[in-house]
Amino acid sequence: MTGFDLTILLGGVVAGAAPILLATLGETITEKAGIINLSLDGTIMLSAMTAFVVAFNTESLIAGFVSAAVVGALVAAVVGIFSIYLEQSQVAVGFVLTLMARDLAYFLGNPYTRVPGPSVGPQPIPFLKDIPFLGEVFFNHSLPVYLSLLLIGLIWWYMYRTPQGLRLRSVGENPGACFARGINPRSLQMIYVLCGGFFVGLAGATFSLCTKPGWGRPQGAEGTGWIALALVIFGGWHPIRAAIGAYLFAFLQVMGIYFQEWFPSVPAQVFQVAPFPLMIFTLVFINFAQKESVIKHAEGRVWLKVVLRLFSGAMPTALGKPHKTGQ
Amino acid sequence: MRIELRDMHKHYGSIKANNGINLTVEEGTIHGILGENGAGKSTLMKVLAGYIPKTGGEIIIDDKIQDYHTPADASRRGIGMLYQEPLDYPPLTVLENFMIGQAGGVSNKTLRFREKLEDLIRHFNFTIDPDVRVKQLTVGERQQLEMLRLLSLGIEVLILDEPTTGISDLQKEALFNSLRRLASEGKSVILVSHKLKDSEALCDRVTVLREGEVTGSMEKPYDANELLSMMFGEPPLPSTRSPVEYGGTVLSMKNISGLGERTGLSRCTIDVREGEMIGLAGLEGSGQGVFLRIAAGITKPTDGSLSFFGEDMSGKNLHAFKKAGVVFLPASRLEEGLMPDLSIQEHFALKEGGSSFFVKWDEARSESREKTEKFRVKGTPDTIAEALSGGNQQRLMLSLLSKESTLLLLEQPTRGLDVESTNWVWWHLSKYCLRKTAVIFSSTDLDEIMSIADRILVFFDGTIIKDVKRDKTDTKELAKAIAGKV
Repeated sequence: MTGFDLTILLGGVVAGAAPILLATLGETITEKAGIINLSLDGTIMLSAMTAFVVAFNTESLIAGFVSAAVVGALVAAVVGIFSIYLEQSQVAVGFVLTLMARDLAYFLGNPYTRVPGPSVGPQPIPFLKDIPFLGEVFFNHSLPVYLSLLLIGLIWWYMYRTPQGLRLRSVGENPGACFARGINPRSLQMIYVLCGGFFVGLAGATFSLCTKPGWGRPQGAEGTGWIALALVIFGGWHPIRAAIGAYLFAFLQVMGIYFQEWFPSVPAQVFQVAPFPLMIFTLVFINFAQKESVIKHAEGRVWLKVVLRLFSGAMPTALGKPHKTGQ
Repeated sequence: MRIELRDMHKHYGSIKANNGINLTVEEGTIHGILGENGAGKSTLMKVLAGYIPKTGGEIIIDDKIQDYHTPADASRRGIGMLYQEPLDYPPLTVLENFMIGQAGGVSNKTLRFREKLEDLIRHFNFTIDPDVRVKQLTVGERQQLEMLRLLSLGIEVLILDEPTTGISDLQKEALFNSLRRLASEGKSVILVSHKLKDSEALCDRVTVLREGEVTGSMEKPYDANELLSMMFGEPPLPSTRSPVEYGGTVLSMKNISGLGERTGLSRCTIDVREGEMIGLAGLEGSGQGVFLRIAAGITKPTDGSLSFFGEDMSGKNLHAFKKAGVVFLPASRLEEGLMPDLSIQEHFALKEGGSSFFVKWDEARSESREKTEKFRVKGTPDTIAEALSGGNQQRLMLSLLSKESTLLLLEQPTRGLDVESTNWVWWHLSKYCLRKTAVIFSSTDLDEIMSIADRILVFFDGTIIKDVKRDKTDTKELAKAIAGKV
C-alpha cells in the first residue's frame, strides 16, 4: 500500500484540476452573458489536438497554447454567429459542433497518435515554494496551473468589481434592457462567447501539453467538456464557486485512486463514477436552498444562512434567449 | 425642449400601427397621449425613444430635424422612456441597475454612483435602498429607480408608458407629484395612458389616438364625454349590477397563514358565500396574491384550516380544488394563465383533457369559433395567445372557464385593460354571481373595488385589517385602512 500524503494529494488536485477549471471558467463567462456554448467537449478535443500538433511541428509550446486558444475562440464564434446573429437554437448548434469538432480532432490528429512530443515542465516559484505545506500544494506546478489559479480571482474581480463586468452580467439578465441603455447586446455577447471559447481552448492545450501530454485516441480528455458544463451549474454561475466545484471533482477523482487501493474488493468503476451522483445531489440541494420556506426557516439562524448562501446561485435570466431585434 | 412629430408612420406589414400622426409637445408641460389598447400609443413613443425604427415621418427637436436609430442616440438628444414592461435587471441591486449603461471602463466606480443615486433619491423624497435587489422592489419603486436613472443621464423629455398600471394610489400620488416637479423645472413629460382619470389629473394637454391616427386633442379643463368619444367613437356604458341573493357558504378559512410575496399571509379567517362579489384592496403585495393562491390550492398554507362547502381541504392537492369548482385567473396572463405559443384552438383542445387518444380538432375548432365570437376575442382559432392584446387575452381566459365554477379567484382582472374591456369583464363576471358563483378579485384601483364589490377586504402587511360591506364604508375609510390605520 502506498503512503497517504495530504500535501502530495492536494498538490495533485490543484495540478489535475487545471484544464477542467479553465474550461469551467470559460463557460461561466459565456453563460453569464446569456449564451450556452454546448460545443465544449468537442472544442477541448480539437484544441488539445491543435496544441499538440502545433507545438510538435514548431517546437514552440507558446505557439501550441496560442493556436489552441484561437481554435477554441473560432468554434465559439460559430456558436455565437448562429445563435446571436442568426437567432438559431444554441442547443442544436452546440450539439452538432461538439460531435463535429471531436471527430475532426481524431481525423486530423491521427498521424500524431502516440508520438512523443513536447510538454510543459514544472516551474516552482522561488521562495514561495519553500513555504511549508502551501508551497508544495500551490507553488510547485507548471505555468498553465498557475494561470488557472490566477484566473479564478481575476474573473471574479472583473465580473463583480468592474463596470465592464456589470455589463457582462446585465446582458445575461435582460438584453432588451441593455439595448434601451445604449449597450449593443449582440456584440457584447459575441465578445464574451469568444472570450469563453478562448479559455476553453487553453483548457485543451493544458491537457495535451501538460496534464496528459501527447495525443491519441482516446486522449483522456474525453467527457471533460460535459463535466465543465455541469460544473457551471453546480457553481451557480459564480466563478469562485465553479472553481470550488472543479477542485472538488478533481479531489474525488484522485481519491478514487486511493480508495481503489484501500478497498480492493469494490469494483474500480464505483469510484470512477462516484463524483457524478454526488454532483446531482448538490444540484438538488441548490434547488432546495432557493425554496422560500427554506429561506424563511433560515432567518435568524446564522449558520444556516451561511450554508444557504454558499448554495444559492441563480441562472442568468436570459440564458439561451438571445436579443431579438426588428419589430 | 420642444418636440414635434410630423406625419409619423409605423407599419408592420399591412398593419398600420401609426398612420400619419402629428404631435407637438411644448417645453415644461405634461402632455397626455390617450387611447384604448392597441391605438398605437406605445408604438409611437417607442419610435420617439429610438427603441424601434420608424417607417416614415420626421422627428423635430427644437426646430431641427433629427434622425436617430437607437435608444442611446435618443437619450443623447435628451429623450428617455420608461417602458410599460420595466426594462431592468431584477436579480441585480438597485445601485447596479442605476449604473448599467452609465459606467464604463474597468475601475470600480461604485462609490461615485452611490453618491449620485443617493442625492437623487433625497431630491425626490423617495425611499429606495441602493443595496437591495430590484426584484424586492414594488412596481412603483422600480419606476422611481428607472426615472432617477434617466434623469441622471440628463434627460429633458421623459416618456412614461402606462406608469399607473399595477401601482397603489399612494405610489401614484408620489409619482404624479414628482412629474409635476419635473415639469416645473422645465422638463417635458409625456404620459401614455388609457386611463382618463390619470390624464385628467395630471396633464396640461391631451392628444387622443385611435387606430393609429390622432382623433383630437384638448387642453385643460377637460370634457370627459368628449374625450371618451374621441377614444371610442362613442362612449361605452358604465357597468351596472343588480343585487344578488347570497346562498350558503362556499369557502371557509380559519387562521390561515402562508408564505409568498413580501409579507406572506398571517392568521386569516373569513367565510365566503354563494353569489358574493368580494374585492381585495391594499397596497400591491400585501398578501392578496397569497390569499388567492391559497384559496386556489396552488400555495399550501403553513397553518390553519380551509374548507369548501364544509369539506376540509387540508392536505388535498390542486386537483381536488379544481373538482370543487375553484378557478384562479392570475394577473400575469401570459406567464401563468395561458400558453403563449399555443393557438386559441389549441387552448380549447387542451381544456377538453385527455379522454381520447386523438385530439378532436373539429370540436375544438367549432368551440373556439363559437366562444371567440361570444366573448368578442379579436382573433381566429389559429391566432396564438401571445399575439392577442391584453384585453383579448383576458377575454380568452374567461372564455375557457367552465360555467359550473363555484368560486372564481381573479388577480387584478382588469390590469392594463381599457375602459371598454374593463366594463365587459365586469359585466361578464356579474353574470357568474347571478348563478350563485362567488367571485373574489384583487385590484389596485380603489374606485373600481368600490363600484364593483359587495364586500371589501383590506389587506395590510399580510393580514386582513378590514372586512366590510360596500354600503357600510367609504373611500376615505378604506384608504386609511390600506395605509394601515383602522
